Amino acid sequence: MKRELLIALRATLVTLVLTGLAYPLFTAGVALILFPQRARGSLVTDEKGQVVGSELIAQLFTADAYLQPRPSAAGEKGYDATSSGGSNLGPTSKALRERAQKERDRLQPQSTRPVPPELLTTSASGLDPHLSPAAALWQAPRIARARGVAEARVRAVIESNVEGRDLLVLGEPRVNVLLVNLALDRLLGRPPLAGR
Amino acid sequence: MTAIGWAQIGLFFLVVLAVTRPLGAYMFRVFAGPPLLPRLERAAFRLCGTAGEEQSWSAYTISLLAFSLFGVLVTYAIERLQLHLPFNPQHLSGVEPALAFNTAASFATNTNWQAYTPETTVSYLTQMAGLAWHNFTSAAAGIAVALALARGFTRKGRGHTVGNFWADLLRATIYVLLPISFFYALFLVSQGVLQNLAPYKELTTLEGVKQTLAMGPVASQEAIKMLGTNGGGFFNANSAHPFENPTPLTNFVQLVSIFAIPSALTWTYGRMAGDQRQGWALFAAMAVLFFAGVTATYAAESRDNPALHAPNLEGKETRFGIAASALFATVTTDASCGAVNSMHDSFTPLGGLVPLANIQLGEVIFGGVGAGLYGMLVFVLLTVFIAGLMVGRTPEYLGKKIEAREMKLAMLYVLVFPLIILSLAGWAAVVPYGTSSLANAGPHGLSEILYAFSSGAGNNGSTFAGLNANTPFWNVALGFDMLIGRFLMIVPALAIAGSMAGKKVIPAGTGTFPTNGALFVTLLISVVVIVGALTFFPALSLGPLAEHFAGAAGKVF
Repeated sequence: MKRELLIALRATLVTLVLTGLAYPLFTAGVALILFPQRARGSLVTDEKGQVVGSELIAQLFTADAYLQPRPSAAGEKGYDATSSGGSNLGPTSKALRERAQKERDRLQPQSTRPVPPELLTTSASGLDPHLSPAAALWQAPRIARARGVAEARVRAVIESNVEGRDLLVLGEPRVNVLLVNLALDRLLGRPPLAGR
Repeated sequence: MTAIGWAQIGLFFLVVLAVTRPLGAYMFRVFAGPPLLPRLERAAFRLCGTAGEEQSWSAYTISLLAFSLFGVLVTYAIERLQLHLPFNPQHLSGVEPALAFNTAASFATNTNWQAYTPETTVSYLTQMAGLAWHNFTSAAAGIAVALALARGFTRKGRGHTVGNFWADLLRATIYVLLPISFFYALFLVSQGVLQNLAPYKELTTLEGVKQTLAMGPVASQEAIKMLGTNGGGFFNANSAHPFENPTPLTNFVQLVSIFAIPSALTWTYGRMAGDQRQGWALFAAMAVLFFAGVTATYAAESRDNPALHAPNLEGKETRFGIAASALFATVTTDASCGAVNSMHDSFTPLGGLVPLANIQLGEVIFGGVGAGLYGMLVFVLLTVFIAGLMVGRTPEYLGKKIEAREMKLAMLYVLVFPLIILSLAGWAAVVPYGTSSLANAGPHGLSEILYAFSSGAGNNGSTFAGLNANTPFWNVALGFDMLIGRFLMIVPALAIAGSMAGKKVIPAGTGTFPTNGALFVTLLISVVVIVGALTFFPALSLGPLAEHFAGAAGKVF
C-alpha cells in the first residue's frame, strides 16, 4: 500500500511535467514558429496598419454603413470576447420570444423582406464572426443608402466574400462580417462616424 | 433535413469506420506487444518507480484510486494558489474553495463539467497543468480500466491478474495520447486556434469601440480535450468559440477525434478476444444506436423553434449550421466527451432530449475513451445473462461462466448510476437553493436539473448551460455526483475483471450462445435501451416530453 502511494506520487509528478507543462509549452513554441499569425489570434489591420479586430471574433457594428453581426449574448453588453457564451434560453422561453420580437421590430423598417432568422437569434459563442450570405445581402440596401452608392456595388463586395462549405459538404456557406466591412471601406471609403 | 447535412453525417461515420482498424491494431500492439520504444518506456517506468509487473484487480484498483486522489489534490492546490504561480498574465486570483473542489473533481473524473467561466477564472497554468494534465491522465486511466476488464474476459490460464495500472497509464499517454495530440494541435493552429501565452489583446474596432480578446495556449488543450473525450473548453463557449473551433473542417476533425479511440478500442478488444467479430459486434451495436440518435436529433432540430416560429438558430454558430450542430450534440453525448459546438439548452425539446437520453443510457455508444468499452462490456454481461435465463443455461461469455458474483457487481454498476442521478435531481428540484439556479421556467427547468446530474454522474460535462452551477450547493452536489459516477462504477468493473480473469475456459458447444452475430447485437441494443428507458422515462416525460407538447400547443413559460 505504502509502495503504491509512492508510485502514485511519482507518476503524478512525471505525467504533470510531461503532459501539463512540456507538451503545451513545446507545442506553443512550434506553433508560434510555423503559424505565428494564427497562433496569436488571426488579427487583422486596417489600411493604416492598426489592429482592428480578429478575423475570427465578432465585434459590435451599429453604423448603417457597416454590415452588422448577429445579436450576441456574450457578456452583459454582448460581443465580450472575455465572456463567451449563448443566451441559453429554451425553446419554450417567453423571454426568448420577446427578445426576438423586439429585435424584429428594430430591424424590419430597413427592408420590405422579412428579417432573416439568424439576425434574431444569438449564436452559441456570442462571438460568431459570420453571417449567412442571405442575412448579409438582406442588409445591402441599408448599407448602400448610408454610403450613397448603388446597391449592386455593396452586393458585389458581399458576394465576393462568400466562403463555401469546407470540402464541399462541411458546415454552411458564410461571409465574415469584419472582412466585408474592411473591403467596403477599402473600395468605397470609410464612412463618417459619430464619435470617432 | 438536407442531403448535404446527411452527407456530412455519412462522411463522418465513414471516416470513423476507416480509423477503427488501424488505430485499434496500433493500440493492440502498444498494450499487448513488446515495448515499442524500450528505452523510453524503461526510463518512464523507472522515474515512476514501477517495474510494470502484473497486478491483482485490487492492487490495480488501489493504484488507480491513489493516482486519482493525488490528481484531485494537486489540481485543487494549483487552482487555489494560481495568483502566486507563473503563467497568469491577467493576475487572476485564487479559485474559491467550493468551485476549486468541483473543478478538481470534474477534471479528475474525465467529466470536465465547468461551473467556472474560464476566461475570467483560471490562469494559463491552471489550464495547462491543472486541467489539461487531467485530460491526459483521466483518459489514460479510462483506457486502463477497459484493458483490465478486457483482459479479465479474454485471458486464458494466466491466473487472477489483470495487467499493471502504471504500465497501461504510461503507455496510453506516451504512445497514443501525446503524439496524436501534438500533431492534432498543430493542425488546429493552422486553422486559427490560438496557441500563445500572451496577455489578453486589447484593440479598437473600426467603429472606435474597445474590445479585449482572451488569449492562451488553446490548441494543445483542445486536441486532448477531444481525443480524450474530456470536453472541458478553454473558453466558456467551448467548441462553439471561434478560437477553439474556427472552421467546419476543424469541427469535423473534432467530431472524428471524439469517436476515434473508443471506436478503435472495439477492434483492439476483438483482437484480444482472438475473434475480430466479437469487437465488430460491439461496434455494430454502437453504430445502430448512434444512427438512431443522430437521426432523431437532426430531425428535431430541423423543425422550427416553438417560441420563435422560425428555424432554431438560437445558440448555434453560422459556420456549422443545424446539421453539424445536431451531429456534434449527438456524438458528444454518445461518448462521455461533453464538448459542445452549440448550446443544448436552446435545442428544441426533442432535440435536447436525445443528448440527455444518450448520457442516461450510460454513454456506451462508442462512449468515453475506455469508459465506453467497459460500460458496454457490463451491458454485454447483462445481455448474456438474460439470454441464458431465456434458454435455461448457465450464461457464459467468451467461454467463461458468468456467475452470481459477476452479476451482482454488474447490477451494482447499473444501479449506482440512476440512483445517484435521480436522488440528487429530486433533491435539487424541491429546494430553493436548487431551483434558484435555473435559467428557464416550466418543464425546461426540470430538464436543466436532470441534465446537470446526468452529465455529472455520466462524466460527460456538457450542460444545459443556463443553469448557474457556481453556487455552494451545486458545486458540492455535482462534485460528489461526478466522483460517485466515476469511481463507484470503475471499482465494480475492475472487480468483475478480477473475478473473470482466473476462470477456466470451456470450449464452445452446440448450446453456446454466440456473442458475435446479429442476434446478439439486437439483444444487446435492446438491453441498453430497455435499462435506460425503464429507469429514466418517468423523469424524461416530466421534462423534455412535457415541454414538447406544451411548445406544440403554443405555450411559453
